Amino acid sequence: MSRLNLTLALAIAVVLPISLLSGRVWISPLDSTVPHAATILAELRLPRGLLAVIVGAGLGGAGAAMQGYLRNPLADPGLFGIAPAAAFGAVLTLFLGLAAVPFALPFAALIGAGGAMALLALIAGRTGGIALFTLAGLMIASLAGTLTSLAISMSPNPFATSEIVTWLMGALTDRSWGDIWIAAPLTFAGLAVLWRTGPLLDALTLGEQAALSLGVDARRLQWWIVIGIGLVVGAGVAVAGIVGFVGLMVPHLVRPFTDRRPSTLIVPSVLAGALLVLVADTVCRLLPLASELRLGIALSLLGAPFFLALLLRLRRDLA
Amino acid sequence: MITATNLTVRRGGRDVVRDATLSLEPGRLTAICGPNGAGKSSLLAALAALLPATGDLTLDGRSIASLSLRERARAIGFLPQRAEVAWDVSVRTLVALGRLPWCAVPGRPARASLSADRAAIDAALAAMELCDLADRPVSNLSGGERARAFMARVLAGEPDWILADEPLASLDLAHQQRLAACLAREAAGGRGVVVVMHDLATAMNHADRVIVLDQGRIVADGRPQDALCEAIIRQVWQVDARWLGDPGSKALAT
Repeated sequence: MSRLNLTLALAIAVVLPISLLSGRVWISPLDSTVPHAATILAELRLPRGLLAVIVGAGLGGAGAAMQGYLRNPLADPGLFGIAPAAAFGAVLTLFLGLAAVPFALPFAALIGAGGAMALLALIAGRTGGIALFTLAGLMIASLAGTLTSLAISMSPNPFATSEIVTWLMGALTDRSWGDIWIAAPLTFAGLAVLWRTGPLLDALTLGEQAALSLGVDARRLQWWIVIGIGLVVGAGVAVAGIVGFVGLMVPHLVRPFTDRRPSTLIVPSVLAGALLVLVADTVCRLLPLASELRLGIALSLLGAPFFLALLLRLRRDLA
Repeated sequence: MITATNLTVRRGGRDVVRDATLSLEPGRLTAICGPNGAGKSSLLAALAALLPATGDLTLDGRSIASLSLRERARAIGFLPQRAEVAWDVSVRTLVALGRLPWCAVPGRPARASLSADRAAIDAALAAMELCDLADRPVSNLSGGERARAFMARVLAGEPDWILADEPLASLDLAHQQRLAACLAREAAGGRGVVVVMHDLATAMNHADRVIVLDQGRIVADGRPQDALCEAIIRQVWQVDARWLGDPGSKALAT
C-alpha cells in the first residue's frame, strides 16, 4: 500500500469514530451516563457514518475512472446521465406516494440507473467511440432531468412536491442498516470493475488509436465503464440522492500525489472521496442551523467555486 | 514478415488506399512517402490492423485477423501521428505504458518493478537517449525530446515491428537526424521499421526502402534512389527537383 493510500485510510480511521461521537447529542467514550448512547451509536450514527464512507468512496472512484475514460479533468460521473436517471426513478416513487413502501425508493432509483445504462449501451455500444457516447449520456441526463421536472410540476399535492425537492438535494439523514445492505455490495462491485479497467484507462491516455494498438478493445472497455459507473452511481443516488462535485473534486485533489496514471488514481480517490463525504456530512450535522444543511447543497457550495477556480487555472495554462 | 495483398481502405465513402500489395521484411527501415492526402497514414494504420480494410493481411504467414488483440500488440508497436498523452505523466511512466501488452494477466496493472518490464523500459530510455530525463514531466520536454519519449514508449513494448506515423514531423534538423539515426539503429538491430515520412531528403538518406503513394495507389517501391528518382518526384509531387550531393547526405533542390 502506498504512503498516500495509507495516510488516507488512517485519516478515515481517525475521523470516523470522532464523527460517531459528535452530533446534537455528544457522546463521550469516558462517560457512560448519556441516555440511549448505544442506540444512538448503533442505529443512527454508525449507519450514517458508514453510508457516508460508502457513497463517498463510490463517487471518488467513479470520478477518477470517468476522468480517465474521457481524458478530461473536468469530467464527472454524472455526465453519462446515470445519476439523473436514478434520481428520476426515485422521484417517481415519491410522486406516486410509494416512498413509504420499504425500499421502494432505492430500488426504483436502481431501476432508473439500469435503464440509463441500457440506453447508453443501445445508443453507443456499437463502435466504442467516446465522443458519441458522451453526447448520448448528456441527452439521457437532459431527458431524465426533464422528466423529473415534469413529475415535480404535476405532483398531486404540495407535500409531495416538497418531499421530491428535498430528496433531490441529497442527504444522509435518517438512514438505516437496510440502506447499507443496498449500497455496499453494489458500490464495491462497481468499484472492483472500475479498478480492473485501470490499465486500459492508462492505455487510453495515449489516445484511442494508440490504445487499440496496445491491445485495448474499446467496446469491451466501454461496457466495463458503463457497468462500473452504473453500479456505483446508481447505488449512491439510491441511498443518498444527488450528491454532486465529489467525483469532480476528489481526483483533482489526489492527482498531484500520484504518478498521474488513471490506474494509480482510482484507489486514492476512493479513500479521499470517503473522507470528504464523511467530513462534509459530519460538519452538516454540527452546524448550528435551524434545520440541518443538506449534504448535497453543502458539497455544491464547496464544489462550484472549486470548479470555477479549476477552469480559470486551465485557461491560464492554455494561454 | 508483414504481407498485404490487395489491401483497400475505405473511409468516408472513398477508397483512400487502393489495392496495395506489398511485403515488408524485418531488419530494414522502410519509408512511406507521398503528397498530402495520398493515404500514407491510412496505409500505415491498415498495416497495423488498426483500420478496417479489405484484402489479405498476414504476419509471419498467419492472418492478422486470427491473432488476438494482445498478440498483435506484442508484435506490432504503433506510434500515431501527433502522439499525445492526456495526463502530465513523467517520461518513465509514459514509456512504461508501452509494457501493457506484456502484463501477466490482461487487465492487471502493469508493474514497473517487474524485472523484465524494468529492463525493457530502461533499454527503451537508453535507445532514445532519455536516461537523464526519465523523471521529468512530459510537459517539460522540448519537441525533440518529446518525440523521442513517445518513440521510447513504442520500443518499451519490444515489438518485432515499429510502425510510426510522421515521428520526424515538426522536429528541427538536428533532432530529425538524431531520431532518424535511432530508427535506423533499431532496424539494423533486426526490427522491421516502417515510417511515414514527409521529408524526401530524410527518406533518401536514411531509409533502406521507399514506398511512394499517390491518390491511394503505390506508384513506386524500391531502393530510395529508384523510388524517389527525379522522374517520380515530377510525376507525383509535380515539382521539378534535382538531387544534389553524395549518397547518405543528399539534398533536394527545387
